[in-house]
Amino acid sequence: MTSARETAAAVRSRRVTAVEVAETALAAAASSTSNAFVTLAEARALARAAAVDAAITAGRDPGPLAGVPVAVKDNICTAGVATTAGSAVLRGFVPPYDATVVARLEAAGALVIGKTNLDEFAMGSSSETSVFGPVRHPADPGRVAGGSSGGSAVAVAEGVVPLALGTDTGGSVRQPAAFCGVFGIKPTYGRLSRYGVIAYASSLDQVGVFSRDADDAAVALSAMAGRDPADATTAARAADELGPVPVDLRGLRVGRIADLWQGVSDGVRAALDGVAARFVESGATVVDVELPLVEAAVSSYYLIAMAEASSNLARYDGTLYGLRLGEARDGHEAVARATRAAGLGREVQRRVLMGSFALSAGYADAYAERAARVRRRIADALQDALAGVDVLLAPTAPTVAWRQGERLDDPLAMYVADVTTCLANLSGMPALSLPAGAAEDGLPAGAQLIGPAWSEARLLGWARAVTAKA
Amino acid sequence: MSRPAAPSGPAARRSGYEVVVGLEVHLALRTRTKLFCPCAASGDEAGATAGAATAGAAAAGDGSGETQPNRHVCPVCLGLPGALPVPNARAVELAVRFAAALDCAVPEVTAFARKHYGYPDAPKNYQISQHDRPVGLGGALDLPNGRRVRLVRCHLEEDAGRLIHPTYADHSLVDLDRAGAPLIELVTAPDLRSGEDARAFLEEVRALARALDVSDATPEEGRMRADVNVSLRRPGEPLGTKVEVKNLNSFKSVQAAIESEATRQERLLQAGRGVSQETRGWNEGGQKSYVMRTKEEAADYRYLDDPDLPPIRLTAAWLAAVRAATPETPAALRRRYAAAGLKPDDADRLATDADLSRAFDALVDAAGRAAGATAPAPAAQALANWLLVEVVGWAHAANTGVTALRLTDPGPAGRLAALVALVEAREITGPTAKALLGEVLAGADPRALVAARGLRQVSDAGELAGWVDGVLAAHPEVAAGAREQPKAVNFLMGRVMQASRGQARPDAVRALLLERLGIGDA
Repeated sequence: MTSARETAAAVRSRRVTAVEVAETALAAAASSTSNAFVTLAEARALARAAAVDAAITAGRDPGPLAGVPVAVKDNICTAGVATTAGSAVLRGFVPPYDATVVARLEAAGALVIGKTNLDEFAMGSSSETSVFGPVRHPADPGRVAGGSSGGSAVAVAEGVVPLALGTDTGGSVRQPAAFCGVFGIKPTYGRLSRYGVIAYASSLDQVGVFSRDADDAAVALSAMAGRDPADATTAARAADELGPVPVDLRGLRVGRIADLWQGVSDGVRAALDGVAARFVESGATVVDVELPLVEAAVSSYYLIAMAEASSNLARYDGTLYGLRLGEARDGHEAVARATRAAGLGREVQRRVLMGSFALSAGYADAYAERAARVRRRIADALQDALAGVDVLLAPTAPTVAWRQGERLDDPLAMYVADVTTCLANLSGMPALSLPAGAAEDGLPAGAQLIGPAWSEARLLGWARAVTAKA
Repeated sequence: MSRPAAPSGPAARRSGYEVVVGLEVHLALRTRTKLFCPCAASGDEAGATAGAATAGAAAAGDGSGETQPNRHVCPVCLGLPGALPVPNARAVELAVRFAAALDCAVPEVTAFARKHYGYPDAPKNYQISQHDRPVGLGGALDLPNGRRVRLVRCHLEEDAGRLIHPTYADHSLVDLDRAGAPLIELVTAPDLRSGEDARAFLEEVRALARALDVSDATPEEGRMRADVNVSLRRPGEPLGTKVEVKNLNSFKSVQAAIESEATRQERLLQAGRGVSQETRGWNEGGQKSYVMRTKEEAADYRYLDDPDLPPIRLTAAWLAAVRAATPETPAALRRRYAAAGLKPDDADRLATDADLSRAFDALVDAAGRAAGATAPAPAAQALANWLLVEVVGWAHAANTGVTALRLTDPGPAGRLAALVALVEAREITGPTAKALLGEVLAGADPRALVAARGLRQVSDAGELAGWVDGVLAAHPEVAAGAREQPKAVNFLMGRVMQASRGQARPDAVRALLLERLGIGDA
């Protein structure tokens, strides 16, 4: 399997052309049976590839990701290429603009070869609710790939692309990365622009990267990071150095979030213990840390996510773009009602309704505002925990990938599993999932590292140190 | 309306009820771009200049369908998936400028919130507005009649689009050129007591918005809109049930709607029926209101702090800079002009017309610069008279605006001031000056004109006597009857001025005429 860095080096040294790389990746994507891709962007990828080759021929710098094929989750806008968020309500929507992250990846020489499957509007942990059907696990088609960025995780796990973009609102990059045995990072909130990313829960959403190793993730993040005048929530320091710094683990203090070790499957626990042992072998110390309010994290997270979702999804009413059902003569409300009833899936409707309720007069205090208070306290608690240790270690998910359909009718079981990942979104801190080896049924488990805000470079370095020994 | 001022008096009461009015005023901010995206705010290509802004608003305002809709839109103001708002710093500055001038408390942190309502003129199905952290809280505006109107808040928000309902069609059309344009919303306490009061308040707000360069405040172009809340009560009792009346697009409609609504409520109360809390629309043609929605249908806006827009910290230094850059308010202008010796009516007229006040200040400056020890500057009142009567009259007759005369520029202001100085120094007569006004406004130097054409005022007794005696000789019968007919003197004056081609010094001519006719000083 070739890394993004190796591909870029081969293209730059003209051992292979970018067009050849694009053709290979497009063919691999087309022949995949996991339903990872929903749209292939042949014309766009080949045109970009030709431009990269031309730049190299002309002696111009083609960028650090020259000719590297990438897959982009289908809730990230691509000009001229359909972008649906996996929803019937956006079928046929072709954005007239690129998301900033897409534009920056391409400016660095990358080739967007296609759009990947996901849970509808990124609401889910299994990539089963897409209007395009479920994503299948690369090792076992009867299992889920995790979600919501399941298609991107599979695209990297199957080797179609070395890099893929996902979005992570409560774990949607890290959890499918763990399920599929690849690397996944959610950067600090404000590191990457959300412009052109179809919003689910704006204060939690952050674009993340799937890769096969930490160094590729660093190259991709560096290409995209930095303040974006089109996104007021990007931070001034977002462009700080991102390369994984070589890290000596001696003296490193690793905090195991003890509460999250509870309820984890035996296989996952064994894999995590293995990662902890590798930290110790490298000279780090591993201690248990208490994290108050962990039990309230999922409630807080879902209330905030649903409240913001109810607002963000209000625009899909059939007026300006996408699906339109009902008769115009019956008025805006009738069209909106018909469009939403048929255009939005059950899980999306459930979240929008619950979120609307949480924001409504008389309930906002008890729900939305209380959730916001809990969120601040959780962020403070994480901050406090990270005052005593350098990095927090936790499972990415309590189990390995479950069977297709197993949890579709039990949303609560699906929600509760997010407890391990949503902490990083509530606090805005960066977190990554690294492959931790095989667990039950030989399926992959993931180990999660959470660091303080803007600590991605160190986080990637530590992850590389412990993965290399796996 | 010829009802006397002092509207809190018995005149405002109806069958013993007191009319209580609160207003919500929307002003379109004078910014080049929209509140959250780079699209032109005025719906006009150029957008930047006040003139262009007016033209753009006019094009969008008449619904004639002659202009193309949806020309000034982008992913952000269309609410396309993934698009994000970025606040317009100038809009924030203007809103804070306005709030501070209204003595609102400006918070250290101001924030935007989403106000949810489903309507096709709002492409996101929510409006980005402000909720618990507006740019201004409290404050007050003093009306020229001395009434103080307390304010509840002042906040920034985005405008909605415009719906067009084609005749004989089974659908409506949406024009989003205006969607996302910046608005200020000003909410008053229930401190107004009549339609007349409300009108006076709106006039003062308009004057303030224009003086501060915050808004064109043109209701006829939809750039100033008001909703009114009306209730009745017995004086001293708690507030009665209020009714909101919307869709008021002129000060006249506001006044009429308040009076009409007060009458409606008065009848209900007289009949022993209660007033129900509701929102009513105003039918301009029928001059009456109709029910839009009742309390049961009241919207729940589900306010949400906008997660796309981090709260904005307004530092003390920034606020000080905003205050320093704020032009004078009409109230301050009134005080300054009164202190300069202007008649109250003239002071008020200048204070409430930003264009005139800027021209006047430039004129005073120019006159002051030109003045020396031997030639004092003309009195402020004289300059005001020339500006408000002669220049405004000339501009009106020439079918142009005072702004087009560019009197705020030193050149034109200096030439006009020089003309007035010539009159005031009695070097030329008023009629001569009026005859020269057009040329002076067009760029001619008044001194050069006077010199070249020999127009200096004549005071020489011999020359004056020649003209006077000539006229008396030509009109012996008028001269003879002048003792009984005082008007005859004016006739003879006119003939003398004519004979002198406007150059004879008028007071000397009058004295000489009276002397020759043997009439004592009248």
